[in-house]
Amino acid sequence: MPHPVISARQLTKTYGDFTAVDAIDFDVAPGESFGLLGPNGAGKSTTMRMVGAVSTRTGGELSILGLDPNQHGPDIRSQLGVVPQQDNLDQELRVRDNLLVYGRYFGLPRKVIAERADSLLEFAQLTDRAKAKVDDLSGGMKRRLTIARALINEPRILLLDEPTTGLDPQARHILWDRLFRLKERGTTLVLTTHYMDEAEQLCDRLVVVDKGRIMAEGSPAALIREYSSKEVLEVRFGSDKNAEAALSLAGVGERLEVLPDRILVYSDNGEAALEAITRLGLEPITSLVRRSSLEDVFLRLTGRSLIE
Amino acid sequence: MSALDQTPAAPLTAQTDAERALAAGIAPRRWGSWYVAEHRLRGMKGYLPDAIFQSFGNPLIYLFALGVGLASLVPQGVGGVSYLQFVAPALMATAAMTIAANETSYPIMAGFKWNPIFFAMNAAPISPAQIVNGTMIQLAIRIVVTVAIYFGIIILFGAVPSPAGWVAIFAATLTGLAIGAAQASYTSTITEDKGQMAMLQRFAITPLFLFSGTFFPLEQLPLWLQPLGWASPLWHGTELGRVFSYGLQEPLWLTVTHVGYLVVLFAVGLWATHRHFARRLNK
Repeated sequence: MPHPVISARQLTKTYGDFTAVDAIDFDVAPGESFGLLGPNGAGKSTTMRMVGAVSTRTGGELSILGLDPNQHGPDIRSQLGVVPQQDNLDQELRVRDNLLVYGRYFGLPRKVIAERADSLLEFAQLTDRAKAKVDDLSGGMKRRLTIARALINEPRILLLDEPTTGLDPQARHILWDRLFRLKERGTTLVLTTHYMDEAEQLCDRLVVVDKGRIMAEGSPAALIREYSSKEVLEVRFGSDKNAEAALSLAGVGERLEVLPDRILVYSDNGEAALEAITRLGLEPITSLVRRSSLEDVFLRLTGRSLIE
Repeated sequence: MSALDQTPAAPLTAQTDAERALAAGIAPRRWGSWYVAEHRLRGMKGYLPDAIFQSFGNPLIYLFALGVGLASLVPQGVGGVSYLQFVAPALMATAAMTIAANETSYPIMAGFKWNPIFFAMNAAPISPAQIVNGTMIQLAIRIVVTVAIYFGIIILFGAVPSPAGWVAIFAATLTGLAIGAAQASYTSTITEDKGQMAMLQRFAITPLFLFSGTFFPLEQLPLWLQPLGWASPLWHGTELGRVFSYGLQEPLWLTVTHVGYLVVLFAVGLWATHRHFARRLNK
Protein backbone atom coordinates (compact mmCIF):
# COMPACT_ATOMS: atom_id res chain seq x y z
CA MET A 1 0.00 0.00 0.00
CA PRO A 2 1.28 3.53 -0.74
CA HIS A 3 1.70 5.76 2.31
CA PRO A 4 -1.72 5.50 3.98
CA VAL A 5 -3.82 8.65 4.55
CA ILE A 6 -5.42 7.04 7.58
CA SER A 7 -3.67 4.60 9.87
CA ALA A 8 -5.18 3.14 13.05
CA ARG A 9 -3.42 0.79 15.46
CA GLN A 10 -5.20 -0.72 18.46
CA LEU A 11 -7.64 2.20 18.19
CA THR A 12 -9.94 2.09 21.20
CA LYS A 13 -12.83 4.15 22.54
CA THR A 14 -14.59 3.40 25.80
CA TYR A 15 -17.47 5.18 27.52
CA GLY A 16 -17.30 4.16 31.16
CA ASP A 17 -17.56 0.36 31.17
CA PHE A 18 -18.75 0.20 27.59
CA THR A 19 -16.17 -0.43 24.87
CA ALA A 20 -17.51 1.08 21.65
CA VAL A 21 -14.36 0.47 19.59
CA ASP A 22 -12.13 -2.37 20.71
CA ALA A 23 -8.50 -2.13 19.60
CA ILE A 24 -8.98 -2.07 15.83
CA ASP A 25 -6.25 -1.82 13.18
CA PHE A 26 -6.76 -0.53 9.66
CA ASP A 27 -5.11 1.56 6.96
CA VAL A 28 -6.68 3.56 4.14
CA ALA A 29 -4.65 4.29 1.00
CA PRO A 30 -4.92 7.59 -0.89
CA GLY A 31 -7.71 7.47 -3.47
CA GLU A 32 -9.13 4.32 -1.98
CA SER A 33 -12.78 3.80 -1.21
CA PHE A 34 -12.88 2.14 2.18
CA GLY A 35 -15.94 0.88 4.01
CA LEU A 36 -16.92 -0.11 7.52
CA LEU A 37 -19.76 -2.60 7.27
CA GLY A 38 -21.66 -3.66 10.34
CA PRO A 39 -24.98 -3.55 12.15
CA ASN A 40 -26.19 -0.60 14.22
CA GLY A 41 -24.14 -0.21 17.38
CA ALA A 42 -21.06 -1.94 15.94
CA GLY A 43 -18.87 1.11 16.66
CA LYS A 44 -18.81 2.45 13.09
CA SER A 45 -19.94 5.98 13.90
CA THR A 46 -17.60 6.22 16.88
CA THR A 47 -14.72 5.17 14.63
CA MET A 48 -15.77 7.78 12.08
CA ARG A 49 -15.87 10.49 14.73
CA MET A 50 -12.36 9.60 15.83
CA VAL A 51 -11.15 9.62 12.22
CA GLY A 52 -13.00 12.94 11.80
CA ALA A 53 -10.81 14.33 14.62
CA VAL A 54 -13.75 15.34 16.80
CA SER A 55 -13.88 12.44 19.25
CA THR A 56 -10.79 11.82 21.37
CA ARG A 57 -9.58 8.22 21.40
CA THR A 58 -9.22 6.37 24.69
CA GLY A 59 -6.27 4.28 23.53
CA GLY A 60 -4.11 3.18 20.63
CA GLU A 61 -2.61 5.16 17.79
CA LEU A 62 -4.33 7.14 15.06
CA SER A 63 -2.74 9.09 12.26
CA ILE A 64 -4.69 11.09 9.67
CA LEU A 65 -2.66 12.55 6.79
CA GLY A 66 0.42 11.88 8.88
CA LEU A 67 -0.86 13.93 11.84
CA ASP A 68 -2.13 12.95 15.28
CA PRO A 69 -5.70 14.23 15.81
CA ASN A 70 -4.99 14.83 19.51
CA GLN A 71 -2.62 17.65 18.60
CA HIS A 72 -3.76 18.61 15.13
CA GLY A 73 -7.54 18.37 15.12
CA PRO A 74 -8.23 21.66 13.28
CA ASP A 75 -5.41 21.04 10.77
CA ILE A 76 -6.68 17.56 9.96
CA ARG A 77 -10.29 18.74 9.74
CA SER A 78 -9.24 21.40 7.22
CA GLN A 79 -8.56 18.49 4.83
CA LEU A 80 -11.69 16.44 5.55
CA GLY A 81 -15.22 16.50 4.22
CA VAL A 82 -17.75 15.09 6.66
CA VAL A 83 -21.23 13.79 5.89
CA PRO A 84 -22.71 12.83 9.27
CA GLN A 85 -25.38 10.24 9.83
CA GLN A 86 -27.86 12.94 10.79
CA ASP A 87 -28.05 15.99 8.52
CA ASN A 88 -26.80 19.10 10.30
CA LEU A 89 -27.41 21.74 7.67
CA ASP A 90 -28.40 25.16 8.99
CA GLN A 91 -32.16 25.14 8.53
CA GLU A 92 -32.31 28.88 9.16
CA LEU A 93 -30.24 29.57 6.03
CA ARG A 94 -31.11 28.99 2.41
CA VAL A 95 -29.51 26.26 0.31
CA ARG A 96 -26.68 28.26 -1.26
CA ASP A 97 -26.05 30.25 1.92
CA ASN A 98 -25.33 26.98 3.70
CA LEU A 99 -22.37 26.47 1.36
CA LEU A 100 -21.20 30.08 1.64
CA VAL A 101 -21.19 30.07 5.43
CA TYR A 102 -19.52 26.67 5.65
CA GLY A 103 -16.74 27.59 3.26
CA ARG A 104 -15.74 30.39 5.62
CA TYR A 105 -14.94 27.85 8.32
CA PHE A 106 -11.97 26.75 6.25
CA GLY A 107 -10.69 30.30 5.92
CA LEU A 108 -11.43 30.37 2.18
CA PRO A 109 -11.85 33.72 0.42
CA ARG A 110 -15.46 34.63 -0.34
CA LYS A 111 -14.86 34.71 -4.10
CA VAL A 112 -13.46 31.18 -4.15
CA ILE A 113 -16.35 29.94 -2.01
CA ALA A 114 -18.93 31.55 -4.29
CA GLU A 115 -17.43 29.87 -7.37
CA ARG A 116 -17.22 26.49 -5.70
CA ALA A 117 -20.74 26.83 -4.31
CA ASP A 118 -22.14 27.20 -7.82
CA SER A 119 -20.28 24.23 -9.26
CA LEU A 120 -21.14 22.11 -6.21
CA LEU A 121 -24.83 22.97 -6.50
CA GLU A 122 -24.63 21.76 -10.06
CA PHE A 123 -22.83 18.60 -8.97
CA ALA A 124 -25.52 17.98 -6.34
CA GLN A 125 -28.25 18.72 -8.93
CA LEU A 126 -29.59 21.52 -6.76
CA THR A 127 -28.89 24.57 -8.92
CA ASP A 128 -32.58 25.36 -9.30
CA ARG A 129 -33.08 25.05 -5.53
CA ALA A 130 -30.25 27.46 -4.63
CA LYS A 131 -32.59 29.94 -2.95
CA ALA A 132 -34.90 27.37 -1.38
CA LYS A 133 -35.19 26.89 2.36
CA VAL A 134 -33.42 23.78 3.61
CA ASP A 135 -36.65 22.62 5.25
CA ASP A 136 -38.38 22.50 1.88
CA LEU A 137 -35.89 19.99 0.43
CA SER A 138 -36.61 16.26 0.25
CA GLY A 139 -34.49 13.84 2.25
CA GLY A 140 -32.39 12.94 -0.78
CA MET A 141 -31.81 16.61 -1.65
CA LYS A 142 -30.71 17.38 1.91
CA ARG A 143 -28.19 14.53 1.75
CA ARG A 144 -26.86 15.81 -1.57
CA LEU A 145 -26.57 19.32 -0.14
CA THR A 146 -24.72 17.90 2.87
CA ILE A 147 -22.32 16.15 0.50
CA ALA A 148 -21.89 19.37 -1.52
CA ARG A 149 -21.16 21.22 1.70
CA ALA A 150 -18.59 18.58 2.68
CA LEU A 151 -16.80 19.20 -0.63
CA ILE A 152 -16.51 23.00 -0.30
CA ASN A 153 -12.90 22.71 0.94
CA GLU A 154 -11.92 20.18 -1.77
CA PRO A 155 -11.17 17.57 0.90
CA ARG A 156 -8.46 14.93 0.62
CA ILE A 157 -10.73 12.50 2.45
CA LEU A 158 -14.53 12.38 2.43
CA LEU A 159 -16.11 10.68 5.46
CA LEU A 160 -19.66 9.42 4.95
CA ASP A 161 -21.56 7.96 7.89
CA GLU A 162 -24.53 5.92 6.67
CA PRO A 163 -24.94 8.15 3.61
CA THR A 164 -28.16 6.63 2.27
CA THR A 165 -29.96 5.46 5.41
CA GLY A 166 -33.56 6.58 5.30
CA LEU A 167 -33.60 7.39 1.58
CA ASP A 168 -35.92 5.83 -0.97
CA PRO A 169 -34.36 3.59 -3.66
CA GLN A 170 -34.34 6.25 -6.36
CA ALA A 171 -32.67 8.83 -4.11
CA ARG A 172 -30.10 6.22 -3.10
CA HIS A 173 -29.18 5.52 -6.70
CA ILE A 174 -28.75 9.23 -7.47
CA LEU A 175 -26.50 9.54 -4.43
CA TRP A 176 -24.46 6.47 -5.34
CA ASP A 177 -23.93 7.92 -8.80
CA ARG A 178 -22.58 11.18 -7.29
CA LEU A 179 -20.30 9.30 -4.91
CA PHE A 180 -19.06 7.10 -7.72
CA ARG A 181 -18.07 10.22 -9.65
CA LEU A 182 -16.07 11.47 -6.68
CA LYS A 183 -14.35 8.10 -6.47
CA GLU A 184 -13.46 8.31 -10.14
CA ARG A 185 -11.90 11.71 -9.52
CA GLY A 186 -9.61 10.17 -6.93
CA THR A 187 -11.23 11.42 -3.72
CA THR A 188 -10.52 9.08 -0.83
CA LEU A 189 -13.87 7.87 0.49
CA VAL A 190 -14.43 6.34 3.90
CA LEU A 191 -17.97 5.22 4.50
CA THR A 192 -19.97 3.27 7.02
CA THR A 193 -23.04 1.38 6.03
CA HIS A 194 -25.24 -1.47 7.08
CA TYR A 195 -26.39 -1.96 3.50
CA MET A 196 -24.42 -4.71 1.79
CA ASP A 197 -25.39 -3.51 -1.69
CA GLU A 198 -24.03 -0.08 -0.87
CA ALA A 199 -20.76 -1.56 0.34
CA GLU A 200 -20.52 -3.71 -2.80
CA GLN A 201 -21.21 -0.76 -5.08
CA LEU A 202 -18.89 1.76 -3.52
CA CYS A 203 -16.09 0.09 -1.60
CA ASP A 204 -12.78 -1.10 -3.00
CA ARG A 205 -12.04 -2.64 0.35
CA LEU A 206 -13.91 -2.97 3.58
CA VAL A 207 -13.81 -4.22 7.11
CA VAL A 208 -16.69 -6.09 8.66
CA VAL A 209 -17.18 -4.78 12.19
CA ASP A 210 -19.25 -6.15 15.01
CA LYS A 211 -19.29 -5.16 18.68
CA GLY A 212 -16.35 -2.81 18.23
CA ARG A 213 -14.12 -5.43 16.62
CA ILE A 214 -12.99 -6.08 13.06
CA MET A 215 -14.21 -9.52 12.00
CA ALA A 216 -12.75 -9.61 8.50
CA GLU A 217 -11.09 -7.39 5.94
CA GLY A 218 -10.82 -7.44 2.15
CA SER A 219 -12.47 -6.43 -1.11
CA PRO A 220 -16.17 -7.32 -1.34
CA ALA A 221 -15.36 -10.07 -3.89
CA ALA A 222 -12.50 -11.47 -1.81
CA LEU A 223 -14.61 -11.54 1.34
CA ILE A 224 -17.37 -13.37 -0.47
CA ARG A 225 -14.85 -15.83 -1.93
CA GLU A 226 -13.30 -16.44 1.46
CA TYR A 227 -16.36 -16.64 3.66
CA SER A 228 -19.12 -17.80 1.36
CA SER A 229 -19.82 -19.96 -1.66
CA LYS A 230 -20.35 -18.66 -5.18
CA GLU A 231 -24.09 -19.11 -5.01
CA VAL A 232 -26.79 -19.39 -2.39
CA LEU A 233 -29.97 -21.38 -2.64
CA GLU A 234 -32.80 -20.02 -0.51
CA VAL A 235 -35.57 -22.49 0.21
CA ARG A 236 -38.72 -22.07 2.28
CA PHE A 237 -40.76 -24.89 3.70
CA GLY A 238 -43.07 -22.77 5.86
CA SER A 239 -42.16 -21.11 9.13
CA ASP A 240 -42.70 -24.10 11.43
CA LYS A 241 -41.21 -26.68 9.05
CA ASN A 242 -37.86 -25.09 8.16
CA ALA A 243 -35.96 -26.45 11.16
CA GLU A 244 -37.32 -29.95 10.62
CA ALA A 245 -36.54 -29.92 6.89
CA ALA A 246 -33.02 -28.71 7.63
CA LEU A 247 -32.29 -32.00 9.41
CA SER A 248 -32.86 -33.91 6.16
CA LEU A 249 -30.81 -31.43 4.18
CA ALA A 250 -27.51 -32.22 5.90
CA GLY A 251 -24.92 -32.92 3.23
CA VAL A 252 -26.59 -30.79 0.56
CA GLY A 253 -24.28 -27.92 -0.44
CA GLU A 254 -21.22 -26.92 1.54
CA ARG A 255 -23.02 -25.38 4.48
CA LEU A 256 -26.52 -24.62 5.75
CA GLU A 257 -27.85 -21.60 7.57
CA VAL A 258 -31.30 -22.01 9.11
CA LEU A 259 -33.15 -18.75 9.56
CA PRO A 260 -36.65 -18.45 11.03
CA ASP A 261 -38.25 -17.88 7.62
CA ARG A 262 -35.96 -19.79 5.26
CA ILE A 263 -32.96 -22.06 4.87
CA LEU A 264 -29.83 -20.85 3.07
CA VAL A 265 -27.91 -23.55 1.27
CA TYR A 266 -24.38 -22.46 0.39
CA SER A 267 -23.14 -24.11 -2.77
CA ASP A 268 -21.12 -23.18 -5.83
CA ASN A 269 -23.94 -24.56 -7.91
CA GLY A 270 -27.33 -23.55 -6.58
CA GLU A 271 -29.37 -25.35 -9.24
CA ALA A 272 -27.57 -28.61 -8.52
CA ALA A 273 -28.29 -28.18 -4.81
CA LEU A 274 -31.96 -27.63 -5.57
CA GLU A 275 -32.02 -30.81 -7.66
CA ALA A 276 -30.41 -32.69 -4.79
CA ILE A 277 -33.15 -31.45 -2.45
CA THR A 278 -35.86 -32.54 -4.87
CA ARG A 279 -34.19 -35.96 -5.17
CA LEU A 280 -34.47 -36.28 -1.38
CA GLY A 281 -38.22 -36.03 -1.87
CA LEU A 282 -38.54 -32.62 -0.24
CA GLU A 283 -40.67 -29.95 -1.87
CA PRO A 284 -39.90 -26.38 -0.80
CA ILE A 285 -42.76 -23.86 -1.15
CA THR A 286 -40.40 -21.41 -2.84
CA SER A 287 -36.82 -21.62 -3.98
CA LEU A 288 -34.38 -19.01 -5.24
CA VAL A 289 -30.81 -19.23 -6.46
CA ARG A 290 -28.76 -16.07 -6.09
CA ARG A 291 -25.15 -14.93 -5.94
CA SER A 292 -23.50 -14.74 -2.54
CA SER A 293 -23.44 -11.29 -0.99
CA LEU A 294 -21.80 -9.51 1.91
CA GLU A 295 -24.91 -10.26 3.93
CA ASP A 296 -23.90 -13.93 3.75
CA VAL A 297 -20.37 -13.03 4.81
CA PHE A 298 -21.72 -11.17 7.80
CA LEU A 299 -24.05 -14.02 8.69
CA ARG A 300 -21.16 -16.45 8.52
CA LEU A 301 -18.90 -14.27 10.65
CA THR A 302 -21.34 -13.29 13.36
CA GLY A 303 -24.24 -15.68 13.12
CA ARG A 304 -26.49 -12.67 12.84
CA SER A 305 -28.14 -10.65 10.11
CA LEU A 306 -26.98 -7.12 9.30
CA ILE A 307 -30.38 -5.48 9.58
CA GLU A 308 -32.14 -6.72 12.65
CA MET B 1 -12.91 25.37 -15.36
CA SER B 2 -14.71 24.65 -12.15
CA ALA B 3 -12.91 23.50 -9.06
CA LEU B 4 -14.45 20.06 -9.36
CA ASP B 5 -13.26 19.37 -12.87
CA GLN B 6 -9.63 19.68 -11.97
CA THR B 7 -7.87 16.36 -12.06
CA PRO B 8 -5.80 15.73 -8.98
CA ALA B 9 -2.11 16.45 -9.36
CA ALA B 10 0.52 13.77 -8.93
CA PRO B 11 -0.12 11.67 -5.81
CA LEU B 12 0.92 13.58 -2.73
CA THR B 13 3.15 12.02 -0.16
CA ALA B 14 2.16 11.90 3.48
CA GLN B 15 4.71 14.60 4.14
CA THR B 16 3.08 17.13 1.81
CA ASP B 17 -0.38 16.06 3.06
CA ALA B 18 0.65 16.98 6.58
CA GLU B 19 2.21 20.22 5.40
CA ARG B 20 -0.90 21.16 3.48
CA ALA B 21 -3.06 20.43 6.52
CA LEU B 22 -0.85 22.49 8.80
CA ALA B 23 -0.93 25.42 6.38
CA ALA B 24 -4.72 25.21 5.91
CA GLY B 25 -5.24 25.07 9.66
CA ILE B 26 -3.66 28.45 10.31
CA ALA B 27 -6.55 30.72 9.27
CA PRO B 28 -9.30 28.76 11.09
CA ARG B 29 -7.17 28.55 14.25
CA ARG B 30 -6.70 32.31 14.19
CA TRP B 31 -10.07 33.56 12.91
CA GLY B 32 -12.46 30.70 13.69
CA SER B 33 -14.41 32.66 16.33
CA TRP B 34 -15.07 35.43 13.81
CA TYR B 35 -16.30 32.94 11.21
CA VAL B 36 -18.78 31.66 13.77
CA ALA B 37 -19.91 35.21 14.59
CA GLU B 38 -20.36 35.87 10.86
CA HIS B 39 -22.51 32.74 10.52
CA ARG B 40 -24.67 33.69 13.49
CA LEU B 41 -25.12 37.27 12.30
CA ARG B 42 -26.25 35.88 8.96
CA GLY B 43 -28.67 33.62 10.79
CA MET B 44 -30.27 36.73 12.33
CA LYS B 45 -31.88 37.49 8.96
CA GLY B 46 -34.74 35.29 10.05
CA TYR B 47 -35.66 37.46 13.04
CA LEU B 48 -34.36 40.82 11.82
CA PRO B 49 -37.74 42.60 12.14
CA ASP B 50 -37.92 41.46 15.78
CA ALA B 51 -34.38 42.65 16.45
CA ILE B 52 -35.08 46.05 14.89
CA PHE B 53 -38.25 46.47 16.93
CA GLN B 54 -36.27 45.57 20.03
CA SER B 55 -33.73 48.27 19.13
CA PHE B 56 -36.13 51.10 18.35
CA GLY B 57 -39.56 50.14 19.60
CA ASN B 58 -38.74 49.00 23.13
CA PRO B 59 -36.85 52.15 24.17
CA LEU B 60 -39.61 54.39 22.82
CA ILE B 61 -42.30 52.47 24.69
CA TYR B 62 -40.36 52.33 27.95
CA LEU B 63 -39.23 55.94 27.83
CA PHE B 64 -42.74 57.18 27.18
CA ALA B 65 -44.30 54.99 29.85
CA LEU B 66 -41.67 55.70 32.50
CA GLY B 67 -40.45 59.13 31.50
CA VAL B 68 -43.80 60.68 30.77
CA GLY B 69 -46.12 58.48 32.83
CA LEU B 70 -44.38 57.24 35.97
CA ALA B 71 -42.03 60.25 36.21
CA SER B 72 -45.00 62.54 36.81
CA LEU B 73 -45.55 60.73 40.15
CA VAL B 74 -41.92 61.36 41.14
CA PRO B 75 -41.57 65.09 40.40
CA GLN B 76 -38.71 65.43 42.91
CA GLY B 77 -36.64 62.85 40.97
CA VAL B 78 -34.28 60.34 42.58
CA GLY B 79 -30.93 61.13 44.18
CA GLY B 80 -30.74 64.62 42.70
CA VAL B 81 -31.60 63.74 39.08
CA SER B 82 -34.91 63.45 37.26
CA TYR B 83 -36.66 60.08 37.35
CA LEU B 84 -36.02 59.61 33.65
CA GLN B 85 -32.31 60.30 34.11
CA PHE B 86 -32.29 57.84 36.99
CA VAL B 87 -34.02 55.07 35.09
CA ALA B 88 -32.36 55.53 31.66
CA PRO B 89 -29.06 53.65 32.39
CA ALA B 90 -31.10 50.88 34.01
CA LEU B 91 -33.19 50.54 30.86
CA MET B 92 -30.04 50.23 28.76
CA ALA B 93 -28.63 47.52 31.01
CA THR B 94 -31.99 45.76 31.04
CA ALA B 95 -32.15 45.81 27.24
CA ALA B 96 -28.69 44.22 27.17
CA MET B 97 -29.82 41.57 29.65
CA THR B 98 -32.95 40.78 27.65
CA ILE B 99 -30.98 40.23 24.45
CA ALA B 100 -28.42 38.10 26.28
CA ALA B 101 -31.15 36.02 27.92
CA ASN B 102 -32.79 35.41 24.52
CA GLU B 103 -29.64 34.67 22.55
CA THR B 104 -28.25 32.23 25.10
CA SER B 105 -31.46 30.26 25.72
CA TYR B 106 -33.06 28.38 22.82
CA PRO B 107 -30.41 29.31 20.25
CA ILE B 108 -27.78 27.43 22.32
CA MET B 109 -29.98 24.41 22.84
CA ALA B 110 -31.02 24.43 19.18
CA GLY B 111 -27.39 24.39 18.05
CA PHE B 112 -27.02 21.00 19.71
CA LYS B 113 -30.46 19.60 19.11
CA TRP B 114 -32.99 21.01 16.66
CA ASN B 115 -30.65 22.77 14.27
CA PRO B 116 -27.40 21.03 15.21
CA ILE B 117 -25.01 23.42 13.51
CA PHE B 118 -22.49 23.25 16.37
CA PHE B 119 -21.62 19.71 15.28
CA ALA B 120 -21.21 20.91 11.68
CA MET B 121 -18.91 23.75 12.77
CA ASN B 122 -16.83 21.35 14.85
CA ALA B 123 -16.55 18.90 11.92
CA ALA B 124 -14.91 21.81 10.07
CA PRO B 125 -11.71 23.13 11.67
CA ILE B 126 -13.59 25.11 14.36
CA SER B 127 -13.00 24.21 18.04
CA PRO B 128 -15.74 24.12 20.68
CA ALA B 129 -14.18 27.16 22.39
CA GLN B 130 -14.27 29.09 19.10
CA ILE B 131 -17.95 28.25 18.68
CA VAL B 132 -18.63 29.70 22.14
CA ASN B 133 -16.46 32.75 21.54
CA GLY B 134 -18.10 33.40 18.17
CA THR B 135 -21.50 33.21 19.80
CA MET B 136 -20.32 35.77 22.38
CA ILE B 137 -18.96 38.06 19.66
CA GLN B 138 -22.30 38.00 17.88
CA LEU B 139 -24.03 38.66 21.19
CA ALA B 140 -21.70 41.60 21.91
CA ILE B 141 -22.30 43.09 18.46
CA ARG B 142 -26.04 42.77 18.80
CA ILE B 143 -26.02 44.31 22.27
CA VAL B 144 -23.75 47.23 21.31
CA VAL B 145 -25.91 48.11 18.31
CA THR B 146 -29.17 47.88 20.26
CA VAL B 147 -27.91 49.74 23.31
CA ALA B 148 -26.27 52.45 21.18
CA ILE B 149 -29.60 53.08 19.45
CA TYR B 150 -31.26 53.09 22.87
CA PHE B 151 -28.68 55.61 24.03
CA GLY B 152 -29.36 57.86 21.04
CA ILE B 153 -33.07 57.88 21.79
CA ILE B 154 -32.41 58.56 25.48
CA ILE B 155 -30.27 61.57 24.46
CA LEU B 156 -33.25 62.86 22.47
CA PHE B 157 -35.31 62.63 25.66
CA GLY B 158 -32.60 64.70 27.38
CA ALA B 159 -31.94 61.97 29.93
CA VAL B 160 -28.11 61.87 29.84
CA PRO B 161 -26.64 64.88 31.63
CA SER B 162 -23.00 63.71 31.78
CA PRO B 163 -20.60 64.11 28.82
CA ALA B 164 -19.17 60.69 29.71
CA GLY B 165 -22.65 59.20 29.30
CA TRP B 166 -21.70 57.14 26.24
CA VAL B 167 -19.56 54.89 28.46
CA ALA B 168 -22.88 53.55 29.80
CA ILE B 169 -23.21 51.73 26.44
CA PHE B 170 -20.22 49.61 27.37
CA ALA B 171 -21.37 49.18 30.95
CA ALA B 172 -24.61 47.76 29.57
CA THR B 173 -22.76 45.56 27.08
CA LEU B 174 -20.55 44.13 29.80
CA THR B 175 -23.67 43.42 31.84
CA GLY B 176 -25.25 41.59 28.91
CA LEU B 177 -22.13 39.53 28.23
CA ALA B 178 -21.78 38.54 31.89
CA ILE B 179 -25.40 37.41 32.08
CA GLY B 180 -25.17 35.75 28.65
CA ALA B 181 -22.05 33.75 29.52
CA ALA B 182 -23.53 32.69 32.86
CA GLN B 183 -26.78 31.57 31.27
CA ALA B 184 -25.00 29.83 28.37
CA SER B 185 -22.99 27.79 30.86
CA TYR B 186 -26.30 26.36 32.03
CA THR B 187 -28.23 26.11 28.75
CA SER B 188 -25.30 24.33 27.09
CA THR B 189 -25.89 21.43 29.49
CA ILE B 190 -29.59 21.00 28.68
CA THR B 191 -30.30 17.96 26.51
CA GLU B 192 -34.07 17.69 26.99
CA ASP B 193 -36.44 20.64 26.89
CA LYS B 194 -38.48 20.33 30.08
CA GLY B 195 -39.45 23.97 30.30
CA GLN B 196 -36.12 25.08 31.81
CA MET B 197 -36.07 28.20 29.63
CA ALA B 198 -39.42 29.39 30.98
CA MET B 199 -38.20 28.69 34.52
CA LEU B 200 -35.04 30.72 33.88
CA GLN B 201 -37.14 33.61 32.63
CA ARG B 202 -39.55 33.39 35.55
CA PHE B 203 -37.16 32.76 38.43
CA ALA B 204 -33.96 34.46 37.27
CA ILE B 205 -34.41 37.10 34.59
CA THR B 206 -37.70 38.64 35.80
CA PRO B 207 -36.63 38.93 39.48
CA LEU B 208 -33.33 40.43 38.32
CA PHE B 209 -35.30 42.96 36.29
CA LEU B 210 -37.43 43.95 39.29
CA PHE B 211 -35.00 43.79 42.22
CA SER B 212 -31.79 45.26 40.83
CA GLY B 213 -32.36 48.90 41.63
CA THR B 214 -33.84 49.29 38.17
CA PHE B 215 -36.95 51.37 38.90
CA PHE B 216 -36.10 52.43 42.45
CA PRO B 217 -32.85 52.58 44.43
CA LEU B 218 -31.88 49.31 46.06
CA GLU B 219 -31.90 51.08 49.46
CA GLN B 220 -35.71 51.30 49.22
CA LEU B 221 -35.87 47.55 49.76
CA PRO B 222 -35.84 46.13 53.30
CA LEU B 223 -32.29 45.38 54.38
CA TRP B 224 -32.76 41.61 54.20
CA LEU B 225 -33.71 41.83 50.50
CA GLN B 226 -30.81 44.06 49.53
CA PRO B 227 -28.23 41.23 49.18
CA LEU B 228 -30.38 40.02 46.28
CA GLY B 229 -29.40 43.24 44.52
CA TRP B 230 -25.73 42.96 45.45
CA ALA B 231 -25.63 39.49 43.90
CA SER B 232 -27.39 40.73 40.79
CA PRO B 233 -25.21 41.45 37.76
CA LEU B 234 -27.96 43.75 36.55
CA TRP B 235 -27.61 45.89 39.70
CA HIS B 236 -23.84 46.17 39.23
CA GLY B 237 -24.29 47.01 35.56
CA THR B 238 -27.01 49.55 36.24
CA GLU B 239 -25.05 51.33 38.98
CA LEU B 240 -21.99 51.36 36.73
CA GLY B 241 -24.07 52.93 33.96
CA ARG B 242 -25.38 55.56 36.40
CA VAL B 243 -21.85 56.54 37.40
CA PHE B 244 -21.15 57.49 33.80
CA SER B 245 -24.54 58.68 32.64
CA TYR B 246 -25.28 61.18 35.45
CA GLY B 247 -22.32 60.94 37.81
CA LEU B 248 -23.90 58.84 40.56
CA GLN B 249 -21.88 59.47 43.73
CA GLU B 250 -20.41 56.28 45.10
CA PRO B 251 -16.98 55.27 46.50
CA LEU B 252 -14.40 54.31 43.90
CA TRP B 253 -14.01 50.82 45.38
CA LEU B 254 -17.68 50.18 44.68
CA THR B 255 -17.32 51.22 41.03
CA VAL B 256 -14.30 48.93 40.73
CA THR B 257 -16.35 46.16 42.36
CA HIS B 258 -19.09 46.60 39.75
CA VAL B 259 -16.61 46.13 36.92
CA GLY B 260 -14.80 43.28 38.71
CA TYR B 261 -18.03 41.43 39.49
CA LEU B 262 -19.20 41.58 35.88
CA VAL B 263 -15.79 40.63 34.45
CA VAL B 264 -15.45 37.66 36.82
CA LEU B 265 -18.99 36.47 36.10
CA PHE B 266 -18.29 36.70 32.37
CA ALA B 267 -14.95 34.90 32.67
CA VAL B 268 -16.29 32.08 34.83
CA GLY B 269 -19.38 31.69 32.64
CA LEU B 270 -17.25 31.59 29.51
CA TRP B 271 -14.86 29.04 31.01
CA ALA B 272 -17.70 26.77 32.08
CA THR B 273 -19.43 27.11 28.69
CA HIS B 274 -16.20 26.17 26.91
CA ARG B 275 -16.01 23.02 29.01
CA HIS B 276 -19.63 22.07 28.44
CA PHE B 277 -19.37 22.57 24.68
CA ALA B 278 -16.18 20.51 24.48
CA ARG B 279 -17.76 17.72 26.52
CA ARG B 280 -20.80 17.51 24.26
CA LEU B 281 -19.06 17.93 20.93
CA ASN B 282 -15.97 15.79 21.53
CA LYS B 283 -17.33 12.88 23.53
